[in-house]
Amino acid sequence: MTQNRPWIPYALILPSVVFLGLLFVVPLVQTIWLAVSDNGTPSLANMTTMVSDINFGRSVLNTFLLTLAVVPIQIVMALTMGSMVAKMNGGRETILWIWTIPLGISDLAAGMVWLSILQNTGYLNSILFGMGLIERQTAWLTYQTPVALFIGIAIAEIWRGTAIVMIIIVAGLNQVPKEFKEAAEIFGASPWTRFTRITLPLIRPALQSALILRTVLAFEVFAVVYALGGRNFPVLVGEAYNWQNQNQNYSVAAAYAVLIMVISLAATLVYLKAIKVDPERLP
Amino acid sequence: MKHLLSVAILASSAIGFAGQAQSQTIFLSTQLRPIEEATAVREELLSGLDKPVDYVVEEPPQFAVRMEAENQAGKHTISLVGALHGELSPLADKGTLEPLDDLAKKLADAGMPQSLIDLGKLGKTEQQYIPWMQATYVMAASKDALQYLPEGADINKLTYDQLIEWGKKMQEATGAPQIGFPAGPKGLMPRYFQGYFYPSFTGGVVRTFKNADAAAGWEKLKELWSVVSPNSTNYDFMQEPLASGEVMVAWDHVARLKNAISGSPDNYVVFPAPAGPKGRGYMPVVAGLAIPKGAPDREGATAVIEHLATQDVQLQTASLVGFFPTLNVQLPEDLDPGVALLAGAVTATQSAPDAVISLLPVGLGDKGGEFNKVYMDAFQRIVLQNEPVADVLKAQGETMAKLMADTKAQCWAPDAKSDGACPVE
Amino acid sequence: MSTVSNTGFVPARRLLFWSGIVALCAWVLVPIYLVALGALGGRSGAYQWPKNFLPTNVSLQPFLLFLKTEGVLQSFLNSLGAAGITVALSIALGAPAGYALARYNFRGKDSYRLLVLLTRAFPLAILALPLTVSYIRLGLYDTVLGVGLIHTVLALPFAALVTQGIFLGVPRELEEAAWVFGCTRIQAFFKVVAPLALPGLVATAVFAFVISWNEVFAASVLTVRHRTLTAYLLTVLSESPMHYRFAGGLMLILPSVVFIFAVRRYLFAIWGISSK
Repeated sequence: MTQNRPWIPYALILPSVVFLGLLFVVPLVQTIWLAVSDNGTPSLANMTTMVSDINFGRSVLNTFLLTLAVVPIQIVMALTMGSMVAKMNGGRETILWIWTIPLGISDLAAGMVWLSILQNTGYLNSILFGMGLIERQTAWLTYQTPVALFIGIAIAEIWRGTAIVMIIIVAGLNQVPKEFKEAAEIFGASPWTRFTRITLPLIRPALQSALILRTVLAFEVFAVVYALGGRNFPVLVGEAYNWQNQNQNYSVAAAYAVLIMVISLAATLVYLKAIKVDPERLP
Repeated sequence: MKHLLSVAILASSAIGFAGQAQSQTIFLSTQLRPIEEATAVREELLSGLDKPVDYVVEEPPQFAVRMEAENQAGKHTISLVGALHGELSPLADKGTLEPLDDLAKKLADAGMPQSLIDLGKLGKTEQQYIPWMQATYVMAASKDALQYLPEGADINKLTYDQLIEWGKKMQEATGAPQIGFPAGPKGLMPRYFQGYFYPSFTGGVVRTFKNADAAAGWEKLKELWSVVSPNSTNYDFMQEPLASGEVMVAWDHVARLKNAISGSPDNYVVFPAPAGPKGRGYMPVVAGLAIPKGAPDREGATAVIEHLATQDVQLQTASLVGFFPTLNVQLPEDLDPGVALLAGAVTATQSAPDAVISLLPVGLGDKGGEFNKVYMDAFQRIVLQNEPVADVLKAQGETMAKLMADTKAQCWAPDAKSDGACPVE
Repeated sequence: MSTVSNTGFVPARRLLFWSGIVALCAWVLVPIYLVALGALGGRSGAYQWPKNFLPTNVSLQPFLLFLKTEGVLQSFLNSLGAAGITVALSIALGAPAGYALARYNFRGKDSYRLLVLLTRAFPLAILALPLTVSYIRLGLYDTVLGVGLIHTVLALPFAALVTQGIFLGVPRELEEAAWVFGCTRIQAFFKVVAPLALPGLVATAVFAFVISWNEVFAASVLTVRHRTLTAYLLTVLSESPMHYRFAGGLMLILPSVVFIFAVRRYLFAIWGISSK
């Protein structure tokens, strides 16, 4: 059916290609050029400035640590939530709605929500104080408490970002035919075996898209970190933002942007290779 | 479906463009940004004008981008800008501000000190901006803290050693550090280094950046920081931690202390920043009003400037937002008691015999952010990360020297004048 | 589901199961409740220590005061406008592309996929910078339309990929049958495919809406007076008192909650529709 009118698919994608060309590719090329040039000639000066900045190493490390901590927990939580709703009969829709609420919450708002809990006069300290565990307000979000700060940021990120993973995974679980599970139950497979041998392989495509989406988003984490950690917890996008806004040096900001893009693309490729999926089912 | 889409686009655009009345004077300001202050400007300070004014606020970096972009594109929407002396100076350097000599003359006759008016020339022959409001930085302490003040210390003549001892006593008594600085991402900590720390310890800002006095000063700051609340790197405005009792003593801009002090003026004392070996550094802040070249509504903008420079509005500004008049007027007795406290500390700072005045950086153009970063990076490495002072000052000194060479900025007070770019000695 | 083999454990397991569900619901809802307390508690509530977890001393007054602040309502409308444009454009441009990806094999399909993936891998806030100058020249600077366009860049790839999945889920045989019965391709699409794909399209629209609603940086770089709500809040909130910040946070959260509630039936259609 595709042979007789080969121009049809091109006509269908053309508007979006033109649109992305004008509003994405052109500024993208301008940005890359900005990153690798200095006063109009090719130069690595901006890259050097970026790499030798005092926050560079820490921001790379922090971004990776946060991604490594947050993404697996989100996947596990989403799988748990998905298996739970699969066992429900009544009230399923309401519970799913509640669990998807954070999907609509911007990182800016999520930062404010968790600031109200974790700040010195916040709710966490109030509980601990009420239970007699602390004697006075304790600071959790300072440079002197890097572990608590890291955990706080990770919790806020998990709170905000798990919903999208759950939606993708629940949708994937919906696609697993009931017959498979029933057959396995008849053969006496334990729930764990059923999960690892049947469910997990069958939701690979969903798992792959969830991982790609979440990992790329995790590399772009910024507003939550900014709200909770201020300058105590540098991350890559935050540094790009600082160079652009505070230091007014767009070339170094562009260098950070290019670096983030390279890392995100590399992660995407790794997932595509590591989790083999029937290409027809790629979302 | 198509029909629906076009309706949606039309409707959304209509929503966006509604209320875009063209008959307004657009006033873009980097000052008085916080919601409560901006509301006071809109509802009180600008209320007496015939023509409606659209008061828009913008952070300094975006302000610079915006002015540059409007200038490049040649399409002007903004008729009046309000910004700090140092933020207006790059605009004047590019020749993008209308001369305001007539207005300046009028205001000089109305009692604006000539020295202030001359600041508004930004080193040029024509008047670039009209001084709008002034402020500076002071320290505030809750009265509970006074019992721990070291013996013999006069709060209006505090030294760094006394401040450290005070901090230690408070920490011993309460179990937590009680001094706070606004070292958060939006805090004004860089101004502490440029206007207070460096002038007090070295008598300079750029020239003395890495000399022996500076090294000794940083060691002293490390000592002070051991009694400073570690939350300081999250604080942007000190009025909040003061009011919530997280800290008892704080340094900040007067406008950023005002809400706490005015909220319960009986609970606080306000006093000058401490003195170091070279004196008591302080940095006066002047905000000015200017009209960009090509402004769509020059008359409206002029009317706003004249209105904001009247005696009543200047006093109203002081009581509402804590910025002080540029007109030569006495603050009345019945002024907001919190503002009166702040004003008292400002007077005490200015009239201190050991005062070392430090001006806002000039001539850095759009490198103001990177200039601040040199100080904040040094702070982060020396104080927070505990790196050796000498190494850090050497490395940051090189960055500073390069910055000065790139911008060709000449030295400003308290540094001695220079031919060409200000050197790092 | 309830045919658990070992009946003796049922009550205990049920209990565990439901407490898990309740705990996860609390995990989502309690922080929102707390920020609402902060928004309704006013200035004194923000400084109170230790905090009270019960809604005493709460009134709508502080939140209403926040709503009345100059600029809040207008920026709320601007946000709606930009999101409306984003939804319309990303579906109008993305759905045809998704259909092409689902139904045809053509040269360049992989390159197109790569282009789409690229947009997700790049922090778009930075792109807003070179766009500023072009926008001023085109008269798009500081307009809601301009913000809608850049948000469409964010939402379009998503719309294309998701609609691909949706169209894959509509059986090709149905469409071919319509051709046999004399429908043109276009008729077949609107009579057969579109109705089946509609729930998925609605969900895609909501996602596009949420993406635009929550985007902060591009919006704040590209506007001055016609700020979206997020951009407006970013400029004023970071320097405003705590209770204003919490009010702003609540204001950002509420519309999304309502929207997601309105389309909760369709949410899972996005990835789930192909399971017949």
